[in-house]
Amino acid sequence: MAKAERKAEKPVTSPAIVSNARPTLATSKNDPPALTQKQERDAFEMMLLIRRFEERAGQMYGMGLIGGFCHLYIGQEAVVVGMQMAIGEGDQVITGYRDHGHMLATGMDPKGVMAELTGRRTGYSHGKGGSMHMFSREKNFFGGHGIVGAQVSLGTGLAFANRYRGNDRVSLTYFGDGAANQGQVYESFNMAELWKLPVIFIIENNRYAMGTSVARSSAQTDFSRRGLSFNIPGEQVDGMDVRAVKAAGEKAVAWCRAGKGPYILEMLTYRYRGHSMSDPAKYRTREEVNKFRDEQDPIDMVRARLIERKWATEEELKEIEKRIRDIVTEAADFAQAGPEPDPSELWTDITH
Amino acid sequence: MPIEILMPALSPTMEEGKLSKWMKKEGDSVKPGDVIAEIETDKATMEVEAVDEGKIARILIPEGTDNVKVNTPIAVLAGDGESVAAAAKAPVQQAPAGMEEAAESAAPAVAEAPAVREAPAKAPAAPKLRELADPDLPSGTEMVTMTVREALRDAMAEEMRRDGDVFVMGEEVAEYQGAYKVTQGLLEEFGARRVIDTPITEHGFAGLGVGAALSGLKPVVEFMTFNFAMQAIDQIINSAAKTLYMSGGQMGCPIVFRGPNGAAARVAAQHSQDYSAWYSQVPGLKVVQPYSAADAKGLLKAAIRDPNPVVFLENEILYGQSFEVPKLDDFVLPIGKARIARAGKDLTIISFGIGMTYALKAANELASLGIDAEVIDLRTLRPLDFDTIIESVKKTNRAITVEEGWPTNSVGSHVASEITVRAFDHLDAPVIKVSGKDVPMPYAANLEKLALPSVADVVEAAKAVTYR
Repeated sequence: MAKAERKAEKPVTSPAIVSNARPTLATSKNDPPALTQKQERDAFEMMLLIRRFEERAGQMYGMGLIGGFCHLYIGQEAVVVGMQMAIGEGDQVITGYRDHGHMLATGMDPKGVMAELTGRRTGYSHGKGGSMHMFSREKNFFGGHGIVGAQVSLGTGLAFANRYRGNDRVSLTYFGDGAANQGQVYESFNMAELWKLPVIFIIENNRYAMGTSVARSSAQTDFSRRGLSFNIPGEQVDGMDVRAVKAAGEKAVAWCRAGKGPYILEMLTYRYRGHSMSDPAKYRTREEVNKFRDEQDPIDMVRARLIERKWATEEELKEIEKRIRDIVTEAADFAQAGPEPDPSELWTDITH
Repeated sequence: MPIEILMPALSPTMEEGKLSKWMKKEGDSVKPGDVIAEIETDKATMEVEAVDEGKIARILIPEGTDNVKVNTPIAVLAGDGESVAAAAKAPVQQAPAGMEEAAESAAPAVAEAPAVREAPAKAPAAPKLRELADPDLPSGTEMVTMTVREALRDAMAEEMRRDGDVFVMGEEVAEYQGAYKVTQGLLEEFGARRVIDTPITEHGFAGLGVGAALSGLKPVVEFMTFNFAMQAIDQIINSAAKTLYMSGGQMGCPIVFRGPNGAAARVAAQHSQDYSAWYSQVPGLKVVQPYSAADAKGLLKAAIRDPNPVVFLENEILYGQSFEVPKLDDFVLPIGKARIARAGKDLTIISFGIGMTYALKAANELASLGIDAEVIDLRTLRPLDFDTIIESVKKTNRAITVEEGWPTNSVGSHVASEITVRAFDHLDAPVIKVSGKDVPMPYAANLEKLALPSVADVVEAAKAVTYR
């Protein structure tokens, strides 16, 4: 239905998942383009790093080592890992507050991220940003933003800067199904298409804006269509399948680099954990969560393919798992060993 | 009865304009809606349309005449059946007609109806009261007279010539030449890549500007007025002001948000708000509010070069006022430094922006009463130059503050509190605040005047603290 109404010249192919009034499971009928052995293994490793990192962050939160808000990315790993595989050096990444996965995927050091979560001097923001506010100029990661939807205008500005400088870099601007209802998102869509800015709006539709399901919050639940009135092409992507994400991402990146303007990718994904650590989870059933975990877990699917194609043995995968566990343990130790910021840091970095 | 056609007002603040061109000549017939003349102010050119039908009997103001006051008769129209010759000889009422009467008789409609967002134009000349030369200037510096509007434009143009990363964006900044003509000529010199008309989308383009600044560009984001920036204030505070701190010093945001702030004239509550106290409360921002053209120029150049987000609060009434500006290749003033605009010994009047007009006029009146006031122009509201204030208060032992904004938790409140803490032993009287009244800005002319502070208020406060 959505596809037929789109203009013919807009690229519309994608793993065809059209959500209706209720959130549906993301199920690919046709397999997306296969990855190489190395790509599958890299994807497995990065997704596993994010998962284990987030599990540890959850534990440390429970132990009182992490304070405030802490939004875990567990379940959504394929989105950011697939998109990272589609971009190149110098492309920018910006997202909201569920940002640990994005930071790890852009190559930021797990130690620095975890130390920021524990509020230590050794964290990326020297303990002054916390879970929702981390940045890395080196990795082109522009945050980490706590105000729902604000990063969409900011990410559009990153794309504006690319165009101003005349380079071919692309801004990956992530936001959720909840943020997709904010007004500035559409202000940004308008300017992005008007000025043909190289920005990919990646809507991570994890079905729930905090505790409000997409069906209860959104008049148009197919977020890939949210750019139609601005003539921004969009498509829905199986956000649980890293291959589909990468393929869609590559197409969108090519569109942007060719100077054709913005592109919308709606990633159908699922968050296993609560919105934040204090989520009573009364808005969905355990069965629903289990169904995603059992049938579409992004990591399990890569794992199964690696085994099936004999691209990795169980032993090799266990080896990877052990290595990841060590990295996370090292990060957790680092984050607890680091000193708190010096009291004088209260007054630094307010202005240059 | 012949009909007089009067000089129309194009905007709430217009008092006079140039009759640049007649489109009709004596003896021509006109119908309602016909364009009969073009008039011009320093910000806009507009067409004057006929309201009544008839023949132009006499043109009273020749084309090319400058400074034609609003409501001056500019032509006489012979109505249906009237003799043109007789109408031409009819006596012309010299005093401008009242607004209501003009509207009923022959007030010409303006071709482009002034919308709410339409920019008001011009204001009376500023009092020439710069009594102290800027100590930062080399002696013998040549001065040129220019308006605040021109000074701001020159500041942007000079910085854009100097640094390719500087660009200007906002509503009507390019092709329209600026809603208040502050960006006049920039599009022509720098092109559409660097002078960017945005849609009416304050929240969005403020955020876009911040994003561009995070990536290292140096945007100058113009808000048509700061009233509209309320839609964007989340991006200004949460994104621009806090990111450097939240990133542990990694990610600065070199951006300037500028535009007219505070009351204009007769635009009522939603278009007449002073945000001085709002923005100057926020750590991470610098807040500048110039009064003179020289400060407007030197401080805007400094703001554009500053690596931090700067909120640059201008004032529409001041745009058309002229001041002496030093003729220097690169005139940059320090942000965070107040200026003693008038030296005195009996009390200190602390003000900023348009508040300075009241402060300086009051100082002159006070002089005639034998009270010698020192006037401090804060120029920057954050960081605020308390050293200059305290030094002055230690000398005068009395202080009052003057601002157009609301009194509750105002800039004056903060200044008064700091004076009390830092110079308590030097005070001979409580610090008194003169401010706008604690009401939304009313529309009616008489009420609007009451809502704003007055020179008399300042004089009265000065007399109170000097026990006179």
